[in-house]
Amino acid sequence: MQTEPLTKSEIAKRIASDIPSGSYVNLGIGLPTLVSNFIEPDSDIILHTENGMLGMGPEAIGNDIDLELINAGKIPVTELPGASYFHHADSFAMIRGGHIDICVLGAFQVSFAGDLANWHAGDPNDIPSVGGAMDLASGATETFVMMTLFDKSGKSKLVKECTAPLTAVNCVNRIYSDMAIIDISAGKIEVREVFGISEGELLDRIGMN
Amino acid sequence: MSASFISATEAISHVTDGSTVALSGFGLAGQPLHLIDALCDSGASSLTIIANNAGNGETGLARLLGNKQVAKILCSFPRQQDSQIFDELYRSGKIELELVPQGTLAERIRAQGAGIGAFYTPTGVGTQLAIGKEVRAINGVDQVLEFATQIDVALVHGHIADQQGNVIYRKTARNFGPIMASAARYSVVEVSRVVPIGELDPESIVTPSIFVNAIVDCEVKYAN
Repeated sequence: MQTEPLTKSEIAKRIASDIPSGSYVNLGIGLPTLVSNFIEPDSDIILHTENGMLGMGPEAIGNDIDLELINAGKIPVTELPGASYFHHADSFAMIRGGHIDICVLGAFQVSFAGDLANWHAGDPNDIPSVGGAMDLASGATETFVMMTLFDKSGKSKLVKECTAPLTAVNCVNRIYSDMAIIDISAGKIEVREVFGISEGELLDRIGMN
Repeated sequence: MSASFISATEAISHVTDGSTVALSGFGLAGQPLHLIDALCDSGASSLTIIANNAGNGETGLARLLGNKQVAKILCSFPRQQDSQIFDELYRSGKIELELVPQGTLAERIRAQGAGIGAFYTPTGVGTQLAIGKEVRAINGVDQVLEFATQIDVALVHGHIADQQGNVIYRKTARNFGPIMASAARYSVVEVSRVVPIGELDPESIVTPSIFVNAIVDCEVKYAN
């Protein structure tokens, strides 16, 4: 057993190494963008950004910054050889039509059945903003979640039932977290690996035992 | 008929009080700032705006909102670091928000341009954004009924137009431009350059002139 939980970079590295060569991948805004730092240039993994581009390269710096070349988080990025641009209806046809192999999203909560809550923390004073999260979660062939397994107060984000507003039902295939990698399939969870915690303690803390 | 080549002020005269106006752009990329400035100056009010975001900083859509010309906005992602003008209007109940998932927003716009009244999509099933909407299982997958938009005027930021009114875009500034141009009853595209017919490769045209009513040549403004 690994004695320490994974750092955010270590989680990102694990996700990158598990993405098959040749995949079309969308990385959600926030934490999942870290994954792009660990994708090998020769891996033939093609990044999709839902504002209208395939073949997205690393973040642009210095003279490469072009305010008309941005990612879904509105950060200036670069274009790799073989890149293409398209309008929003085509971009979301790629997502809904099952052409995006994997999306990696952040989460407030994931339920044991694979329901995802990641667009609204549930505070009625928040201004609701959904973006492409619902399209990605329900449309991508596989949805990976990248998150810390417990919130700041120690409460599990993997829950029997989400209390925050849902993004999509039964859509999460795998959770990559600091404490564990967990598969969800047919409404069942299966712990694949644990980091800095025993499987028994983990199941206790998420309320599975 | 080829597109007409007119000023921003002339183009904006097609917007009246209560019009539904679509604005291209994802954040500031592809936002038609010159046309929005003309819309601000026109004083048209009680507008319904369709756009992905709800304004950035104090220019463009944010300025239009700050002018209190907008009654309602349909968008997918209003809250941003620099959306303070919208945030205040929303919190004080001075603007109506219809929140739409980004892909559903795009497809509702595409549907209008393609003459499709409504469609079923799996996006949003089982969420707050499907409440009150018809859900039907199609091929075993639950899907939500979503209706085409009703855009009167589209204001779009393009890159280059030819004198026929064919348009090409630049990088991710393309975003909503092509679908809004095809959807609206009257479509205006601002461009940074107009070239003679024949200079744009017909194979590379993104928005054919049939979808464009007016081109506003902003070359002088961009140069400054």
